[in-house]
Amino acid sequence: MSTLNTLTIAQARDALRKGDVTSTQLTEACLSAIEGAGALNAFVHQTPDLAMARAKAADDRLKAGDAPAMCGIPVGIKDLFCTEGVPSQAASRILQGFKPEYESTVSAQLRDAGAVMLGKLNMDEFAMGSSNETSCYGDVVNPWKVDERQLTPGGSSGGSAAAVAADLCLGATGTDTGGSIRQPAAFTGTVGIKPTYGRCSRWGIVAFASSLDQAGPMTKSVRDAAIMLGAMCGHDPKDSTSADLAVPDFEAALTGDIRGKKIGLPREYRMDGMPAEIEKLWADGADMLRDAGAEIVDISLPHTKYALPAYYVIAPAEASSNLARYDGVRYGHRAKLAAGDGITEMYEKTRAEGFGPEVQRRVMIGTYVLSAGFYDAYYNRARKVRALIKRDFDTVFAQGIDAILTPATPTAAFPLGAMAHADPVEMYLNDVFTVTVNLAGLPGIALPTGLDGKGLPLGLQLIGQPWGEADLLNTAHVLEKAAGYVSKPARWW
Amino acid sequence: MSTIDLETARRVAKLARIAVPEENLPALAGELSDIITFMEQLNEVNVDGVEPMTSVTPMRLKRRQDGVTGGNMQARILSNAPDAREGFFAVPKVVE
Repeated sequence: MSTLNTLTIAQARDALRKGDVTSTQLTEACLSAIEGAGALNAFVHQTPDLAMARAKAADDRLKAGDAPAMCGIPVGIKDLFCTEGVPSQAASRILQGFKPEYESTVSAQLRDAGAVMLGKLNMDEFAMGSSNETSCYGDVVNPWKVDERQLTPGGSSGGSAAAVAADLCLGATGTDTGGSIRQPAAFTGTVGIKPTYGRCSRWGIVAFASSLDQAGPMTKSVRDAAIMLGAMCGHDPKDSTSADLAVPDFEAALTGDIRGKKIGLPREYRMDGMPAEIEKLWADGADMLRDAGAEIVDISLPHTKYALPAYYVIAPAEASSNLARYDGVRYGHRAKLAAGDGITEMYEKTRAEGFGPEVQRRVMIGTYVLSAGFYDAYYNRARKVRALIKRDFDTVFAQGIDAILTPATPTAAFPLGAMAHADPVEMYLNDVFTVTVNLAGLPGIALPTGLDGKGLPLGLQLIGQPWGEADLLNTAHVLEKAAGYVSKPARWW
Repeated sequence: MSTIDLETARRVAKLARIAVPEENLPALAGELSDIITFMEQLNEVNVDGVEPMTSVTPMRLKRRQDGVTGGNMQARILSNAPDAREGFFAVPKVVE
């Protein structure tokens, strides 16, 4: 069978358990799809030998009847996750050659559940970007295409999104600091969930902004997201912010019944100049949930417009601190030094050569807002605004709102290079609908519900209550069924 | 609107330990100014009496037994170093 790579995780799991297919066959199908998809530049480090060994081990477990849901499922891992003995460089030159001696908790949990790692996926450098154009490996190309132009898959988890959309793997890990799972999911017609802050361990994931970073799955369906998330999350003593809470059975929560649920539509998300297509997509989504028995309520999140500027203080501040570790001493790249260069020159040259322009810019912005004399004016003020943004959400949830429906992105996928001469702030506007969720630590899911006039996928976002992923996935599942989205990119690569 | 002058850009690059060639400083200062100007929207918000957020999920950090949980892996720790000698990370001379 040559189309095994197009299965969903749920379909593959059921076929594996019935003995209709082996993990070895699934893995071979994905490896051959990856082989033929070099033009997408999604997989940047392939691990075929490791994958075949893990597939064989998974087949043994399946035969023995000891098979968790992810057992034998071929997945891709974002390059931000440290994977033992396999290059892990956050798409940065500064981590060139780095092969971790350890495995991140999330990828270890997937491995221990029997999932098969196919390789590492491209991304924006240190997860800083919204178009996958800041990677040291080069741009990822969106499998969706409507004319001769190549489109961005979004970012930062662009490789993960492109790989899932093009059926190179059945699911992939992503990470989301300001929208890095949900925006690429929307640009590629895939499903991506960022869970509540603390749901997934951050241990072994290269840190960008520690108070905002969360890992999550990127998949072909909401059911798959529920299955894969269940395997990724859980308490980890190695991450002090990981929540010591039981992990619900997310898949069992997909009852399809949302009668009586209150879904909020925040009026502040109706941006000036919002394309009519996005506005219609959003209204249609609300109608679908209403038809399923939910009550649609207009709500207000008054501090929404300050989320992006607050984010662009807090995230670079945390990044400038986290990225201080890249000094050319313990791992990765070290610049060649001139005669007489001391340790300061080594740091400065190493970081100038190792970090790309966007990462340099954010490290310097972070340094500036944390420097003496500016700390209160920028950093502390942003943290206060963040508290107000969270309070907005607390207020509507206290009023009985179960979930919030918004567009996932302001536009469909744009051409690669289209923002090359834009000011950095214009690129940041991509995260306008997603970034509030990170600031408030909430779970958010993006799923495709339609196509634009040119035939490109568009997504909606649902935002849930803290630790309410099960309920959120159920609402998303209802919306997915009602939207009946089934489009796939036509193969050109 | 706030502007970052050349001197400030030079100082920030120094603090961040990133070598920026002199000819790139004007463009950098311009970009940083644009971003800082964007951030200054935050000045419109009344934040009187608001505590700055430190943790998004109210939780007490867990404590663990103060004990040795690992160790004896010098070779693995040094395995990724660009320059490791005799069991140490090697760097250019720091003290004269």
